[in-house]
Amino acid sequence: MMAGLPATARARRSPAAIAASAPANSQAGRRAADRSFLALCLGITSLTVVILAVLLITIWNDGHGRLSWDFLTNFASRKPAEAGVKASLWGSIWVCAICALSALPIGVGTAIYLEEFSRRSRLTSFIKLNIANLAGVPSIVYGILGLTAFARLFGMASADSPITLGNPESFFYLQLPFGHGVLAGGLTLMLVVLPIIIVSSQEALRSVPRSLRTGSLALGATQWQTTWNITLPASIPMIMTGAILAMSRAIGEAAPVLVLGVPLFIRSTPTNLMSDFTVLPLQIFNWAGRPQAEFHELAAAAIIVLLAVLLTFNAIAVVLRHRLQRAAG
Amino acid sequence: MQNAAAVSTAARSAAAASRRGTARSRAARDGTERVIRGALLGCALLSVASTFTILVILLAQTGQFLAMPEVSAWEFFTGTTWSPLLGAEKHFGIWPLVTGTMLITAIAAAFALPVGLVVAIYLSEYAPARVRTALKPVLEILAGIPTVVYGFFALTVITPFLHDHVSESFGTYNALGAGIAVGIMILPIVASLSEDALRAVPRSLRDASSALGSTRFDTSVKVVVPAALSGIVASWLLAITRALGETMIVALAAGGLAHMTANPADELQTMTAYMVQIFLGDAPAYGVEYRSSYAVATVLFAMTLGLTIVGNLFLRAFREEYE
Repeated sequence: MMAGLPATARARRSPAAIAASAPANSQAGRRAADRSFLALCLGITSLTVVILAVLLITIWNDGHGRLSWDFLTNFASRKPAEAGVKASLWGSIWVCAICALSALPIGVGTAIYLEEFSRRSRLTSFIKLNIANLAGVPSIVYGILGLTAFARLFGMASADSPITLGNPESFFYLQLPFGHGVLAGGLTLMLVVLPIIIVSSQEALRSVPRSLRTGSLALGATQWQTTWNITLPASIPMIMTGAILAMSRAIGEAAPVLVLGVPLFIRSTPTNLMSDFTVLPLQIFNWAGRPQAEFHELAAAAIIVLLAVLLTFNAIAVVLRHRLQRAAG
Repeated sequence: MQNAAAVSTAARSAAAASRRGTARSRAARDGTERVIRGALLGCALLSVASTFTILVILLAQTGQFLAMPEVSAWEFFTGTTWSPLLGAEKHFGIWPLVTGTMLITAIAAAFALPVGLVVAIYLSEYAPARVRTALKPVLEILAGIPTVVYGFFALTVITPFLHDHVSESFGTYNALGAGIAVGIMILPIVASLSEDALRAVPRSLRDASSALGSTRFDTSVKVVVPAALSGIVASWLLAITRALGETMIVALAAGGLAHMTANPADELQTMTAYMVQIFLGDAPAYGVEYRSSYAVATVLFAMTLGLTIVGNLFLRAFREEYE
């Protein structure tokens, strides 16, 4: 309140300044300025709507001819007529699942620590500053981190003779370093979306009224019991919304996956955590980068598939939020 | 302060209450609490670890790159020729990539910063509730579209349009087409964050301004925008950071020729596009071209980190707080 006073006074001076200058520019003139600014606003705002419409319509026009069941169930091919997105679609699903399973607990855990458990200390403010800075790191730089940390394990194990755990046929076959398998891809995308999940979960936790927490603590619950039984359930709808937005980001990222060095042309779907993979955005990049029109049509069709997946995600978010809000309320 | 006191009193009484229970349950409960606290702190420290690791990797690899016999640090930071893949005469001067990145970012910013601000002013000050609820999803969809899609859009719509309607000199790859696409990508960031900042300005300021006879235009431009300036500038800086680091659009639509140019019709290469070229190609790992991409990443990282820090400082220093 006190800190805000000078600023308020400063802002309040400006209307007075306007009034003082009123005789100079007539009321009619200012009305005209208001009207033309409104026209400018309307024009520019409709421009954004037009851009979105042109984008969606051209992609639909270019790509819908290639859409078919075969397009979803065929692997990529040198012959445009036979090409499909099976490998990249399944790759995206695997990578996104790994990303969600790793990023959600870590991200929400960080948010809970910062909002519920941390004391005001240098460490806490350093962690907060660090997260704010991580959000501005370009995704391709996370790709370099993923390449060194996950794909190569800092060079601690040789890629030529990896340490293997389990049977290559099994679902949980592991090898060190991870190479450019789905596990490395998913963990790299986890790094990309972690700041988003942390910040949105923090906002979710902050929106829970303090009285609920003090009520629980007064009944003898510990900090964690309060968090687990009271605060988290109340904030789950908002946390899930943020998480799904983060997953939409993850599924559309191409650059970090590209840096890992995944093969651009593959004809198999992942079977375990070490399987080679590619993702939809990378497949789109590959097709869009070729000069032939047929491949541009394939890129547009793959974009339609990608946007459909994103739309499904958002629909799930809306339904989930609605359900959980009703359950909580 | 009062609340904190209430909580600690509650906690103390809770401890007293549990002391009446069995000794085992209390010890177990405290133990669990400590373990969970530790695990949560571990999660939080992971993000610190990732920043630290990024720094170590980038600096170590850049150091090794600069120590290679083909490279001189002086040339890297001041040189104006970047030709790492051309046979015998290899030159590693970072400036062509930096100016390429800056030209793309400047085009994107010239489009997105004013347009985004006007959209934000319209949404916050002028638009009726019905129009607002219809327009917000448009921005959300634009924000959710993957960047590779914007790259495709630049290649197949924007560039042909520039070629047919603006100038024949726009080739398949050009800076303007890619820059506009990057601008469309960052537009929703500017619009929605600036709108948040504008809406946070208290109603009383607007009322006071109208009471003095201001039109809505006067109120918006001379009262609300100045009051929300720190938030608006922060949204601009965040958008510029995203434009600097944008990869897939420029890799698809800007081309692959690293040279210093200010002509928006030219093909050019950005720092990110060069990294894509190296990681996509089969440059031998630990060769000089391969290592050069780490040095480029370090420069990019330094630029974006600097902007993020400036943005945060700006937000903190110039925030106008209202009751």
